[in-house]
Amino acid sequence: MRIPESNFALTVLISSALTLSVLLQPAQAADPTGEGTLSIVAWPGYIERGETDKAYDWVTEFEGATGCKVTVKTAGTSDEMVSLMNQGSYDLVTASGDASLRLIAGKKVQSIDIAKIPSWKRLDERLQNAPWHTVNGVHYGVPFVWGPNVLMYNSAVFPTAPTSWAVVFEPQNLPDGKANKGRVQAYDGAIYMADAALYLMTAKPELGIKDPYELNESQYQAVLDILRKQQPMIHRYWHDYNVQMSDFKNEGVVVSGAWPFQVNMLQAEKQPIASVVPQEGATGWADTTMMGASAKNPTCAYKWLEWSLSDKVQAPVSEWFGANPGVPEACKAKAPGGSDFCTSNGFNNFSQIKFWKTPQATCATHGTCVPYSRWTQDYIAIMGGR
Amino acid sequence: MTHATADTNLPRHFSTYLYRHGTLYLLLLLTPPLLWFGIVYLGSLFALLIQSFYTFDDFSMTVLPRFTLKNYQGLFAAANLDIVLRTFSMAASVSVFCACLGFPIAYYMARYATGWQRGFFYIAVLLPMWASYIVKAYSWTVILAKGGIVYWFIDKAGLTPLIEALLDIPFLGGNTLSTSHLGRFLVFSYIWLPFMILPIQASIERINPNLLAASADLGARPSQTFTTVLLPLATPGVIAGSIFTFCLTFGDFIIPTLVGPSGLFIGTMVYTQQGAIGNIPMAAAFTVVPIIVIGLYLIFAKRMGAFDAL
Repeated sequence: MRIPESNFALTVLISSALTLSVLLQPAQAADPTGEGTLSIVAWPGYIERGETDKAYDWVTEFEGATGCKVTVKTAGTSDEMVSLMNQGSYDLVTASGDASLRLIAGKKVQSIDIAKIPSWKRLDERLQNAPWHTVNGVHYGVPFVWGPNVLMYNSAVFPTAPTSWAVVFEPQNLPDGKANKGRVQAYDGAIYMADAALYLMTAKPELGIKDPYELNESQYQAVLDILRKQQPMIHRYWHDYNVQMSDFKNEGVVVSGAWPFQVNMLQAEKQPIASVVPQEGATGWADTTMMGASAKNPTCAYKWLEWSLSDKVQAPVSEWFGANPGVPEACKAKAPGGSDFCTSNGFNNFSQIKFWKTPQATCATHGTCVPYSRWTQDYIAIMGGR
Repeated sequence: MTHATADTNLPRHFSTYLYRHGTLYLLLLLTPPLLWFGIVYLGSLFALLIQSFYTFDDFSMTVLPRFTLKNYQGLFAAANLDIVLRTFSMAASVSVFCACLGFPIAYYMARYATGWQRGFFYIAVLLPMWASYIVKAYSWTVILAKGGIVYWFIDKAGLTPLIEALLDIPFLGGNTLSTSHLGRFLVFSYIWLPFMILPIQASIERINPNLLAASADLGARPSQTFTTVLLPLATPGVIAGSIFTFCLTFGDFIIPTLVGPSGLFIGTMVYTQQGAIGNIPMAAAFTVVPIIVIGLYLIFAKRMGAFDAL
């Protein structure tokens, strides 16, 4: 387009004014007390700025509105998150229940003033005072999203969904007539012992297990027994979700505990894979955004904590990651993919889920319980065939 | 002009000064590497040793700086001893296998390969090391999988009963190739073989070919020449190579997580102890095991005269 000479000056004036206003906008909107940066340790896929898929971006708007430039450090395991937070240079962390109490006990995270988070009241009431982030009535974080550890199965082998975790714990024939030996997997982490305890809650009610993370000595021995019995049937203790997915595709593994993430990925590859929460219920993860004890950018951190509860974050992150929102109203919000993510990710299963928390020596149900360090040592022995 | 000459002579003056003061010269030369060695290397080793005597409190799951021998006693618990023996036997068998496989290749490289062949062999041996080690370990999980190429080949060759029988052998087998000890052994051998070939090749290259000719001239059979001349002279290379393969297998934690049956290795145990429960004292005690085992091995190798030819 050729601009007539007389109009040229005007065009320049208008466009520069526009540029100027665009440049000024974030600066005006920014709270004068915001520090300008914010660093977050997160699970991969939790903090997206549209780099993987343009439609999934809940960082850019936050940065524009608050002037807090977000940097994300992703971590693959809870242990990695704990060790990153031990370094002390991050503002926020999206910790699962098996990490959150360790972070609180290690004084790596600080308490949260919920009065500074107006959206707190929108949170799921069942999460507001959850024991994995609330200690003695003090809140150490803001619930983010949650999900179950589902029973993933090969739908070609199981015409109808298995109804019990017994398919991975007890020797038996599967619907195709062949034994389950060598075709099931267990998780390579001591927290998996809670899955066995959960199964025993129903299978052996006489043990009186109330909480799979709070076991007394005799209950603990029963859990060890069932895991020892399970060991010879295990194809592989899975550790890496990629390896597990390839085992379901290539190694003849047909049923195992898994995350909804693997189920979604395998279904996207058109594999005959489905998942279920069996009658006993399931263990699960509920992640909490926590603030580092020596966070350098507390103002920006509080701004993010508030932002993280808005529908604009909760809906897309739930759809993207295969999770359920911590804010129930977000179920009604439209996610970029337009799916009914709360239904597909099992939002209504909440009451059936025993959320991960670190087993501790002092516990509510028995007074003293078997601590996580013993779980780890004994699970190592069991995986080694002892 | 005289002024300028003095300036250009300054480095010369300095070097003359250093030449006259030998001790200072030596000190300047050695201080940086000694500091590196002393602080970074020995310092961290010492810190590790100290940590291995600390107390880990099961109840609070914290490390207390109270000295105890409990961690070392813990090493002898049945489950932990299993881990040490499991790692040790894998490291030993991988080293022996790599030596048997590597020696002929190294011999050919040193004695027969000339010109472009030499270059080809060097690149062929080193080529696998150009790719990331994690990528290679991952790809082996696919290669060894039930739907993978190895099983396809075995199936086409009609050897399925053979492999099933092989996988049923305790301490060797497992559910499938990729979850068996055998599979893990293959991957370890594949990954570390170059570290065995190159030192052996270097040691064979140093052997005077006349010695082998003299042995033959004096009536030794080829096997006698091999056992009495070639092998003893090449032993330093074999030992050097085996130290690589042994140590690398002993400390590895990536291959055991990706390939092979359940049951931890020392590397994965250290990772779990310090990562999952923060039991750094126990992890440190486990780390001391390879140090002691390798130390004993080196003493044994010296007794065998492995370093005489160096």
